[in-house]
Amino acid sequence: MKVKLSVQNVFKVFGKSPKKALPLIEQGKSKDEIFAETGMTVGVKDASFDIHEGEIFVIMGLSGSGKSTMVRMLNRLIEPTAGKVLLDDVDIAQMSEEDLRQVRLHKMSMVFQSFALMPHLTVRQNVCFGLDLAGDTPVEERNKRAESALDRVGLLANVDSYPDELSGGMQQRVGLARALCTNPDVLLMDEAFSALDPLIRTEMQDELLRLQAEDKRTIVFISHDLDEAVRIGDRIAIMQDGVVVQVGTPDDIINNPVNDYVRSFFRGVDVSSVLSAKDIAQRKQSTLIRKDSDLGIGSSLQLLRDNDREFGYVVNASNKFLGVVSVDSLRASKANGTGLDAALLEDDMRINADTPIGDLIGQVAQAPFSPPVVAEDGKYLGIVSKSIVLEALDRQTGEES
Amino acid sequence: MSANPWGDTSQTDTASDPWGGGSEDGLDYLADRSNEVEQSFDIIRPFDVDGGIIPLDNMVDSAIDAAVPVLRPFFQVVAKPIDWVLNLFETALVSTPAILVILILSGLAWWLSTRKIGIGTLIGLVIVGLIGAWDQAMTTIALVITSLFFCVIIGLPIGIWLSRSDRAVSVVRPILDAMQTTPAFVYLIPIVMLFSPGKVAGVVVTIIFAVPPVIRLTNLGIRQVPEDLIEAARAFGTSPRQLLLKVQLPLALPTIMAGVNQTLMLGLSMVVIASMIAVPGLGLMVLQGIGRNDIGIATVGGLGIVVLAIVLDRITQHIGSNGR
Ligand SMILES: Nc1ncnc2c1ncn2[C@@H]1O[C@H](COP(=O)(O)OP(=O)(O)O)[C@@H](O)[C@H]1O
Ligand SMILES: [Mg+2]
Repeated sequence: MKVKLSVQNVFKVFGKSPKKALPLIEQGKSKDEIFAETGMTVGVKDASFDIHEGEIFVIMGLSGSGKSTMVRMLNRLIEPTAGKVLLDDVDIAQMSEEDLRQVRLHKMSMVFQSFALMPHLTVRQNVCFGLDLAGDTPVEERNKRAESALDRVGLLANVDSYPDELSGGMQQRVGLARALCTNPDVLLMDEAFSALDPLIRTEMQDELLRLQAEDKRTIVFISHDLDEAVRIGDRIAIMQDGVVVQVGTPDDIINNPVNDYVRSFFRGVDVSSVLSAKDIAQRKQSTLIRKDSDLGIGSSLQLLRDNDREFGYVVNASNKFLGVVSVDSLRASKANGTGLDAALLEDDMRINADTPIGDLIGQVAQAPFSPPVVAEDGKYLGIVSKSIVLEALDRQTGEES
Repeated sequence: MSANPWGDTSQTDTASDPWGGGSEDGLDYLADRSNEVEQSFDIIRPFDVDGGIIPLDNMVDSAIDAAVPVLRPFFQVVAKPIDWVLNLFETALVSTPAILVILILSGLAWWLSTRKIGIGTLIGLVIVGLIGAWDQAMTTIALVITSLFFCVIIGLPIGIWLSRSDRAVSVVRPILDAMQTTPAFVYLIPIVMLFSPGKVAGVVVTIIFAVPPVIRLTNLGIRQVPEDLIEAARAFGTSPRQLLLKVQLPLALPTIMAGVNQTLMLGLSMVVIASMIAVPGLGLMVLQGIGRNDIGIATVGGLGIVVLAIVLDRITQHIGSNGR
């Protein structure tokens, strides 16, 4: 995967002489100690991570953990105190003002929590803002592109309104259209949906995912909400007191939180959307029938009987899932003299590894046997029984109380 | 002070001691001090030294006496553009038939603000004409508009500069305070010495008194532009110039217009004082009325000023409030 943005050992200290605080950080002094000693605030401390082309990279953390500072160093609205920010291998931190302006005009744009639309401009003029500044597209073309951007966010009817005539959700759609209009490679979104009602917020998240499916941009999305992060993020970085403590896929982070801070985010989180089938699939309590050359129908029947099972799961030597057999289907096959393949049930109820467990409950409850979980490459991962699903959902309520 | 001590302002040497010889009225503090006996220092009344321990008055007198001959040529050059703009406005207003001027100004008021204000302007100007103050009113409008023109040209850039530098504010603010609080009479005479009495000096005096609001409110308006809008503009790649022209000034416009409005009002309030240095117009009517104890003519001049003030105030106030 190509690295689009690479953040390397980036520090930000707010204060009179930030460089002087760097040695103190190196000595291992905490943010509070440094503030007490020098009056300077450590915003971001030694952050390093890569953002891949075409992914939605979420930066998450509590308020004051340095998320906004971090994202503003990506387009240098905030000057890093030390470190590199490489966009396509070019260091933004070292760029000339003019080069930086070109990056902001053409390669990166931003969506803000407060919408930050220009109140004296119409919706159309707001969306054109970036193109107007660059001034290198004819006016006709600008208007056309603005309209197409507005169309994509469903606001074409409001081109001539002023921002204060629109609802919050609509304003942020304009904000999104404004950012998309310059057709940037990278979209920075600082808590873009945090100011919206929960319902509108979900709608906007869907909208973003839809837009992202249409043209794969690199999106850096700031959020303080794990539900949101998990919903839209391909990968998540978690910040704590200016430090990036963990970077990984949502699953990684949920299953292996590095510390209590990270763990604390999951309290109250809707597990049913966070955990997927592969996270709870179990290999125990199921009878595997390995389809080797010498394993016949008879021995298969014997295996099920020995384990007191009604159903068996058939895999090949490289653990590829082949299907499900039942005692009845095996008996029928034996009577007919056909092989194991003929005994496979027509509907093996297989479940995709990435299905959220919230969507599993109905399927698992209705199935006559525990459905098998199968990875994308066809590998067998285990089964999900009713009791496992219930246990997983219960974990959520348990943690909430 | 019922006499008219400024009747002969053309003599530049009046500055040295124009109010001398008033001691027989018991106005001791105005008396000539040259015949005082030598004084000894008294700790109880330490500042009771005639002429002050620091003789500021003498210092200023001699500084101005020394500076005027040197600076006069320079200020004659400064006077040129003021004279030119003033003549332009005045010729236009005075030489155009009154009916036409009334229609044009009312139409302008309507276009810039509302129909109601347009009609108000029409009525106001007709009243000014009916009471026989038309020519003077046109002269005064030309003077006030010229002052406003230069106030904006000077004030806007200074205001922009102040909005970008706290240090500049700390230097300029006391100067602005001084310009607004120093009685105009104090700088009236040096200005006359530098520019010669007449309309140009009147415009300069008016500018000094009236420019601070444009400067202050331009600074304030720009500083009040929300930080997140500035940030958004920068994130989309504005150059400093684009930031100013496309974001800061448009958003500061209502505040700047409030400053323009105040400047205009202050300018009008200066017309009577300006008439003391031989500036014609409504102010002179008032001054003459007072001088000759002719309440009638003073009232006509005064009413004219009030009508102009109301009309100009409504128009500029409206421009500030309806702008997007
Ligand atoms: N301009 C600034 N001057 C001083 N301190 C700042 C400034 N901006 C942010 N900070 C401090 O840096 C830390 C991180 O802030 P921020 O990046 O806004 O956090 P978040 O977006 O995660 O809430 C906070 O402690 C905040 O007080
Ligand atoms: Mg923030």
